[in-house]
Amino acid sequence: MLNFRSPDTTPLVSLANAGVRRNGRWLVRGVEFSISRGEIVTLIGPNGSGKSTTAKTAIGVLKPDEGRVERVPNLRVGYVPQRLAVDWTLPLTVERLMTLTGPLKGREIEEALAATGMLHMAKAEVQHLSGGEFQRALLARAIARKPDLLVLDEPVQGVDFSGEIALYELIKQIRNRTGCGILLISHDLHIVMAETDTVVCLNGHVCCRGTPQAVSQSPEYLKLFGRRAAGALAVYSHHHDHTHLPDGRVLHADGSITESCFPGDGHHHHDEAENVHDHDADCGCGHHTRLHGYDAAEKRDA
Amino acid sequence: MLDDFFIRALVAGIGIAMVAGPLGCFVIWRRMAYFGDTMAHSALLGVALSLLLELNLMISVFIVASVVSLLLLFLQKRGALSTDALLGILSHSALSIGLVIVAFMTWVRIDLVGFLFGDILAVTEADIDIIWGGGILVILSLVYLWRPLLASTVNPELAEAEGLRPERARLFFMLLMALVIAIAMKIVGILLITSLLIIPAATARRFATSPEIMAVLASLIGALAVAGGLFGSLQWDTPSGPSIVVAALALFVLSLLPLARSERASHSSHGGH
Repeated sequence: MLNFRSPDTTPLVSLANAGVRRNGRWLVRGVEFSISRGEIVTLIGPNGSGKSTTAKTAIGVLKPDEGRVERVPNLRVGYVPQRLAVDWTLPLTVERLMTLTGPLKGREIEEALAATGMLHMAKAEVQHLSGGEFQRALLARAIARKPDLLVLDEPVQGVDFSGEIALYELIKQIRNRTGCGILLISHDLHIVMAETDTVVCLNGHVCCRGTPQAVSQSPEYLKLFGRRAAGALAVYSHHHDHTHLPDGRVLHADGSITESCFPGDGHHHHDEAENVHDHDADCGCGHHTRLHGYDAAEKRDA
Repeated sequence: MLDDFFIRALVAGIGIAMVAGPLGCFVIWRRMAYFGDTMAHSALLGVALSLLLELNLMISVFIVASVVSLLLLFLQKRGALSTDALLGILSHSALSIGLVIVAFMTWVRIDLVGFLFGDILAVTEADIDIIWGGGILVILSLVYLWRPLLASTVNPELAEAEGLRPERARLFFMLLMALVIAIAMKIVGILLITSLLIIPAATARRFATSPEIMAVLASLIGALAVAGGLFGSLQWDTPSGPSIVVAALALFVLSLLPLARSERASHSSHGGH
């Protein structure tokens, strides 16, 4: 929805060269991206690459140790954390979960539960829900607040494939209906929601970024995932040619070890995807990036 | 038949149970039973310091329990040792330092058993004023802090992300615990405080359908345990503090028996069986 104080052009959140350090080690560094209203940004990356850290920094749960994070004043956040275990000793129904962080009207609760298909479960204790039901309850709780920014940390974990597609469809509807910005963390390194405006791949720093739209239209992709998935998922295919060692040094594909993956280190491989792929000009950290079926998608668009 | 001292004991005990109920719920939801123990054990150091420095006993215990919980927060932030190891160190060091200080003070004779197990039958009217005055203060604070405390119990980062302040709520919660321990020490004693926090709350879980109902039920069950324990101690001439805990345990065991009500509850809730 339009808001006078923050017109659509002002990003809800923007990170500039943000980094978080813990116990003398950088969890993530040099993160740059912003999220505006109606925009979906997806973070991908291997385990320990700083996705959750980045999301928490964006919403102010963690303070950046370098760089800047700017949020519009009074930003209303709806958050679905990666891990949430409710102790059995806490009697908590789905309905009571809705008002955990703030009061809501009965109608708002019902609407959110209906939107996620959880209305019939309103009286159930959260400990009795299946993985997918619990994720939908958490999503309902986050959207019931009518947030400006929805932050979803691996929202489809524990959800089967068709449930995953349904959840992505729901996230798309939420974005279209409310116009909120969405920061999504994908549990899969290569598959992101097709509606994503920007994919940011992290590996301790921003490795590469791009748009997945073209991909979801490609025949190769349809063959792989079937027609049903086409509207919801996209493959963001790339592979990293270097690994970050625990001591902070970098192991490259050719076996060499350097202090950092600085630009122009001779390990930089771009290929034909560059046109589609909005690859950072100064990234230079050596990624092999390719979008499946790029040619086919191009022809279709033409 | 009911003497004045008995009425005073009943009023004081019920006052403590009212406060211990909701606080005890948070102790078990947050899996902090050992933390409660640690604070209670540190109370003996408070007793020793109050004798050494001639301070008011309750204030001294409150200060020591608060310092121990702040120390724990600080050590947790350092992150070198796990919380239960830190609690073990703090708990037994505080208890032992207290005992050592008491041993050095050869000029005082203190009734150690009285502090460990409490003496509810020696409660004065001034004590009752403190218990109910402090109790109402604690309850009002809990009502005020309820949402941030409950949200951060479920997930601190979620609470923080959505504009509540979990760190502040946690700090206040620890101070409330310290206050309740300082007030309750005289009634049930250092070793039994945590049982009055935990057992009624655990008993209430079975019958509760929301966090709020569980907190109120825990208070009522605690009050019932106090009454039962006191009448039992009068009847069979048993020590009052432990009798209250035994009564609470009896209620807990009763709650484990299968009842029609809970079967209905598990049928109506969505079965993941």
